[in-house]
Amino acid sequence: MPTDCLIEIQNLTFYRGERKIFDDLSLTIPRGQVTAIMGPSGTGKTTLLKLIAGQLKPHAGRILVEGQDVHQLSRTALYQLRQRMGMLFQTGALLTDLTVFENVAFPLREHFKLAEPLLRTLVLMKLEAVGLRGAFDLMPAELSGGMARRVALARASVLDPKMVFYDEPFVGQDPITMGVLVDLIRKLNTSLDLSSILVSHDVNEVLSIADFACVLSEGKIVAQGTAQDLLNSDSEYVRQFIQGLPDGPVPLHYPVKPWADEWSTP
Amino acid sequence: MSRQVKIEIWVGLLVLMTLIAVAFIALKVSNFSAIQDRPSYQIHALFSHVGGLTQRAPVKVSGVVIGRVASIEIDPISYRAKVTMDIYNDYADLPQDSSASILTAGLLGSQYVGIEVGGEEDVLKPGDRINYTQSALVLENLIGQLMVKLTDGGDK
Amino acid sequence: MIFLRYLGSSSLEVLQALGKLAFFVFSVFPALPYSVWRFRLLLKQIYFTGVLSLPIILTAGLFVGMVLGLQGHNILTSFNAEEAVGTMTALSLIRELGPVVAALLFAGRAGSALTAEVGLMKSTEQLSALEMMAVDPMKFVVAPRLLACIITLPMLAMIFIAMGIFGGYLVAVGWLGLDEGAFWAHMNDQVDWHEDVINGLIKAIAFAVLIAIISLYQGYESVPTSEGVSRATTRTVVHASLGVLGLDFILTALMFT
Repeated sequence: MPTDCLIEIQNLTFYRGERKIFDDLSLTIPRGQVTAIMGPSGTGKTTLLKLIAGQLKPHAGRILVEGQDVHQLSRTALYQLRQRMGMLFQTGALLTDLTVFENVAFPLREHFKLAEPLLRTLVLMKLEAVGLRGAFDLMPAELSGGMARRVALARASVLDPKMVFYDEPFVGQDPITMGVLVDLIRKLNTSLDLSSILVSHDVNEVLSIADFACVLSEGKIVAQGTAQDLLNSDSEYVRQFIQGLPDGPVPLHYPVKPWADEWSTP
Repeated sequence: MSRQVKIEIWVGLLVLMTLIAVAFIALKVSNFSAIQDRPSYQIHALFSHVGGLTQRAPVKVSGVVIGRVASIEIDPISYRAKVTMDIYNDYADLPQDSSASILTAGLLGSQYVGIEVGGEEDVLKPGDRINYTQSALVLENLIGQLMVKLTDGGDK
Repeated sequence: MIFLRYLGSSSLEVLQALGKLAFFVFSVFPALPYSVWRFRLLLKQIYFTGVLSLPIILTAGLFVGMVLGLQGHNILTSFNAEEAVGTMTALSLIRELGPVVAALLFAGRAGSALTAEVGLMKSTEQLSALEMMAVDPMKFVVAPRLLACIITLPMLAMIFIAMGIFGGYLVAVGWLGLDEGAFWAHMNDQVDWHEDVINGLIKAIAFAVLIAIISLYQGYESVPTSEGVSRATTRTVVHASLGVLGLDFILTALMFT
């Protein structure tokens, strides 16, 4: 099903300190679709996004974005590439000392010299798309978590990027906001002809919009395919993850000595 | 926008306060005005001892500052201290037989060059030398002289 | 064995930190000229570092000057040299206390705020977000703050000195009844614009660079948690204060010997 590939991860290995986060991971992310990367907390999903965006360097392997090796690019070329990327951070990461309007206008002001009326129209259009045109004059501290994330989404899409990364967009949101965000991500993907890469562990929301999903565990991909493929997967691990069972291949307990050893050794 | 205006006003106030502070330090506290290049001409004098005289020490006539010490060095011929002074052009008519002495302002004050004005018609021209000088008082010498005098007096 | 291991590991850590610091310094200085262009950004930072430090500088300056006037008067009276009170106050303020105390207060007021702000920007992923928007945080966040410090600390030091001399004047002339003319004239005679005031300014600029680099580095490299940021803030105040005192000794030795 992936006909045209946007991002190609080849034999990626990455350590954080002593801990191996990714172990010889290979993955292709298709263009023009919503791709979900799922996995329990601490499997390095966010790290994977940072590696793709070139903020971290892998210890082995390479990542090709639109055919370019991200980590071989010069700083200027990397920055040019990033103008075609949008990233929605977990917390929104709005610049706290700028208003909502200025936050969305920020990438435009930084990279292009636009006439003020044009800039204003562009920014307000983007805010309208996330339903927050009326909030343009607020400071980020006055927004709720969900609103901040929507503003961040407007900001991430203001440069008309080719790809948008979502880092845990649903964490800690009420059901309504979640619904709004799910809807927005889907709509943006089709209306702006984007490729979306979604990192999350909110199984139901993700599977409802993802065209293609993969499940990470211990630095490897355990399963990939469409939402239906995953739901029908016969891998025990995938079943545990998707249905949220407390025990299974992923044990409840942190690695520990058996009780017997605890007492036998003084 | 009002926030921006507020910031601008406060920064303006900060700059204003700095300017006032610098002006105060320059004019009232330090000798900034003294080293501004007032038009001046140079004369010099030889002393056998300059004591604690320093560069930019004032040169005074009757207690009024008329110039500053420009440099102090050793005259290669006489091996005496050669003190060069910048005298402001306003005081261009010092008589040739004026005399210079190194004096102290108060008991512990700094030293300055005092000029006693003479009576001759000819005036000192730039580069001229003051011939009559009196060196700084050196306390040890003074005490020495006093001792000699006292012992002399005892002999009589 | 344990001692050797400790020595080895801690010196490696120090070396690593120094390397990081050097890298930080080398990447921020090329970004400095760029921040002159961002006039509004710079203005805002001057407001945060300068204007907000103003009240503490004004009060501290006044009190330090008053104490100097009082102590100077007490000590100099026993030498019958009260008229030197002004000189003593002015010289100690201009040469040492002005730049140093202003820098210490600045480190506590503005330096810690800078660390906390930049650390918070890091922990809320704002720095990452800037990078993702293809904006160099060195240019947008670090450089304007460094430049603002370099501009404001000398200004604050000058205000501190003027305030201090005014405080000394209040005590010596207003309260202890010293002759006003003697106070100013003696000072005027002894304080040299070039030797004293300019050197004091140079000190203030050096301290500004030191404090800004330390506090921005601590914020930039802080562990992005609330605990990490608060630790970094404490470290900023400690390192910057010690740094200022050490650097002051070196500068004094170079300037006034």
